[in-house]
Amino acid sequence: MEDFMKYLAGVASLELSAERCTGCGTCLDVCPHNVFALENKKAVILDKDLCMECGACAMNCPFGALSVDKGVGCAAALINSMVTGGEPTCGCSEKKDSGCC
Amino acid sequence: MSTPQLKFIDKRPGDKSQGPFVPVRKGFQVRPPWGTGTFKAEAGEAYRVSTEVTRSDLWEHFKCRTSSFRDDYTVRPGLYAAGNPHSNSDVLVSANYKLSFDHLRRELKGLDVWIVVLDTKGINVWCAAGKGTFGTDELVRQITSAKLDRVVDHRRIIVPQLGAPGINAHTVRQMTGFRVHYGPVYARDIREFINAGYKATPTMRTVRFNMADRLVLTPMEIYPAMKKYYPWYALAILVAFGFQPAGIIFRDAWQGGMPFLLLGLISILAGAVLTPLLLPIVPFRSFAVKGWIVGIASLFVASRFPLFRQTSAFLFFFTYIFFPLASSYVALQFTGSTTFTGMSGVKKELRISIPIYLVCTVVSLLLLVIYKLGQWRIL
Repeated sequence: MEDFMKYLAGVASLELSAERCTGCGTCLDVCPHNVFALENKKAVILDKDLCMECGACAMNCPFGALSVDKGVGCAAALINSMVTGGEPTCGCSEKKDSGCC
Repeated sequence: MSTPQLKFIDKRPGDKSQGPFVPVRKGFQVRPPWGTGTFKAEAGEAYRVSTEVTRSDLWEHFKCRTSSFRDDYTVRPGLYAAGNPHSNSDVLVSANYKLSFDHLRRELKGLDVWIVVLDTKGINVWCAAGKGTFGTDELVRQITSAKLDRVVDHRRIIVPQLGAPGINAHTVRQMTGFRVHYGPVYARDIREFINAGYKATPTMRTVRFNMADRLVLTPMEIYPAMKKYYPWYALAILVAFGFQPAGIIFRDAWQGGMPFLLLGLISILAGAVLTPLLLPIVPFRSFAVKGWIVGIASLFVASRFPLFRQTSAFLFFFTYIFFPLASSYVALQFTGSTTFTGMSGVKKELRISIPIYLVCTVVSLLLLVIYKLGQWRIL
């Protein structure tokens, strides 16, 4: 992981419940930023600032031990939703004026 | 249970038939050049794909990277074959965006595998997974409609790791019996992943964002900025400089406005190209701040040219307030293209920066108006 690939500090919404975790390691498989490691047969968060909130871990954790407020980390999409009051989407799937992803 | 060996019907030279393929654009790609033949699968006729990426593919990739052309560039969802797959061959899952599909098939030389293409509306795997179109429901639907349980004897499918935000592996297994193995992030590692017994190294699991990765994204950063904002900006500048007591004077509009039109272009390039390229060396994590720094640095460089030397204090302040912020705004849009920015961070940036952008735009406009009034000797 290169150092510049870290976004704002202390904002990621990732939460891990140690009670629910069984140490199966699925989160280590799906996380694209090496946020997790296994310690004493439990998953731990190595560095929360590396998390980009893609939601892969929460989606695939069989025990519901992970939660994250997932969404598009895209300024254009969020500005769009502010202007229109709708959900943040980049408009990619609408097949018009797609400005991102 | 075993499936009889498939009969592949190889493409005959000069064969112009459309086969099972639907042309994606009128007059364009009647038959996919990468389809080397067809085969009868359980669920009907399907294509065998070439593992070569040709010059025309590369030209299309270039267009995908540089124009809105990519929005229409889809591959028909369903089952495909690479090589001569049989009932124990691996099944790979991909998105129906041409660029995603090509990245996969060119890594399959010498492999005999099945490919299941999901209908992601022409969007790449990762973005589609974020939206849920590369998702559990769609994967289950394609597995079912391809009758995959009769195409192969085993029950394993390889899903790209970046598809994981949309796929619940547990549910897929419950609904179809197929066990999802998350493959590597990059298609180029797929062979090694399979050979290692469906094991990915930590490197294969990690997404990167090197110089080349960032560079290919920059045209699609310039494009929306030029389309959405620049025409309005250019109009405002030309009106501001052309507007004289005698009416709109085109000569004044051009002579006075031209340096500012160029500075507008420079600030867009600073935000859309320079900031992404220099990402690792520009200080601070905030993209708005990074863009502002690159913007003001570009402005300093530009100001060394006589063309951009400001004689009016109002225009001087206008220049140094407006253009770095324009770069900042454009750079902030790049958060949508990186491999590491998350929604909470972008929201925080917007909360702080949007009011600044709005106030400074108003101030910039006022400075222009005051400059005009001074020029007309009203003030």
